[in-house]
Amino acid sequence: MAKPKEIVLDPLFNENPIALQVLGVCSALAVTTKMETALVMSIAVIAVLVASNTAISAMRNRIPPSIRIIVQLTVIASLVIIVDQVLKAFLFEISKQMSVFVGLIITNCIVMGRAEAFAMQNGVRDSALDGLGNGLGYSLVLLVVGAFREVFGSGSFFGVQVLRTTTEGGWYQTNGLMVLAPSAFILIGLFIWVLRTLKPDQVESE
Amino acid sequence: MHFSSTYTVGFAAAVCVVCSVFVAGSAVALKERQELNALVDRQTQVLDVAGLRAAGEQLSAKEVRQRFRENLVARVIDLESGEYLPDVDPESVDMDAAMKDPELSTKAPDNPAKVLRVPKRGLVYELRGEGDQLEALILPVQGKGLWSTLKGFIALKPDTTTVAGLTFYSHAETPGLGGEVDNPKWKAEWPGREVFDEQWNPEIEVIKGQAGPPAEDPHRVDGLSGATITSRGVTHLIRFWVGEAGFGPYLAKVRAGAPSAPAGN
Repeated sequence: MAKPKEIVLDPLFNENPIALQVLGVCSALAVTTKMETALVMSIAVIAVLVASNTAISAMRNRIPPSIRIIVQLTVIASLVIIVDQVLKAFLFEISKQMSVFVGLIITNCIVMGRAEAFAMQNGVRDSALDGLGNGLGYSLVLLVVGAFREVFGSGSFFGVQVLRTTTEGGWYQTNGLMVLAPSAFILIGLFIWVLRTLKPDQVESE
Repeated sequence: MHFSSTYTVGFAAAVCVVCSVFVAGSAVALKERQELNALVDRQTQVLDVAGLRAAGEQLSAKEVRQRFRENLVARVIDLESGEYLPDVDPESVDMDAAMKDPELSTKAPDNPAKVLRVPKRGLVYELRGEGDQLEALILPVQGKGLWSTLKGFIALKPDTTTVAGLTFYSHAETPGLGGEVDNPKWKAEWPGREVFDEQWNPEIEVIKGQAGPPAEDPHRVDGLSGATITSRGVTHLIRFWVGEAGFGPYLAKVRAGAPSAPAGN
């Protein structure tokens, strides 16, 4: 049985859900134009992952195998709705910007992937930690991509101007590609490249 | 491990009940806060377009509501006749919902703003200054851009043609291109422009390239570079809503001195 520390830290670099398993890429494209939305999305996914892994793990011996996927989906969907409601109540501005992408956490493969692959076989504590670790791994990529996209696409970081853009009378011509979804693909590609260069064991065999 | 069918059905039912209790509970518990947020958000946009909030000024929900109450009067109007409907509670009017309800709206004439239905009742705001003097009219506008429906407000001076401000509170245009409708610099291009020509036909146009200063080139506004379709959408939606099918009759009444404002409010 893996140690708690490994369960949390492995998904950051060794088994990063986006970089190694290439799951959850869709939302990584959508919400990373700004750090603020990337951060809130990260927190939302971590919350859903921890809660869903905990709930599924607590029920794992009682879930009839024939309906386990539906049960997982019901639990995850309910949690996502609750997170969405909380955001609308307490972080209205940001939830407006994230619009449908909070709801789409339901379809984020990481959440169901962890429920099926880990929480169904492991104890409650380990499952919660696994959710936390994978959530952090997802957040790491989101925040790295978000940092590049906001700085080079809008000349700001967390909404604070760091490069004076030409539209504001400064010198920096914003990179239009960075605010569009394809740039996230390129950045995630570069992230994976760097990671696999540093850790060659992640390269798939030919 | 073997589970009987009865157990499986019972388990599924139990999961559903528990989950729905949580979902319903959170929805009910947070509803009031969410509605307040939506209201404050809308009022903030109205304050912005009315020029009652300085750029970047942070207001608490309470301040927004107070400033709104002190300066603005909500008016329900009958769109077709342009008359006030003083007996209708402004809180009860939801133009967005009405546009989807055949009972509360009429089919719009074919229009390039792609507005399908026009609500029968409109909700506008009047900015009242010292001594109840009318200073600006704030009209909701909406129409198709490239990807999304742009929703916003336009503020007009009491002459009903001079723009005092324009803002969009909801859209999903391309960030950095069409999304620049949010850019304060672009919004600053609007005040002083005129939406109507001398014959009171909607004439305002977002052009490709740069327009002159408002005094010389009152009917044209700088286009958003790289966002031809969004720019065109803004032209169409403003023309539609100030036109005959939109708030035209009401604006005509305002110009004529009527509709007489019901005393007090």
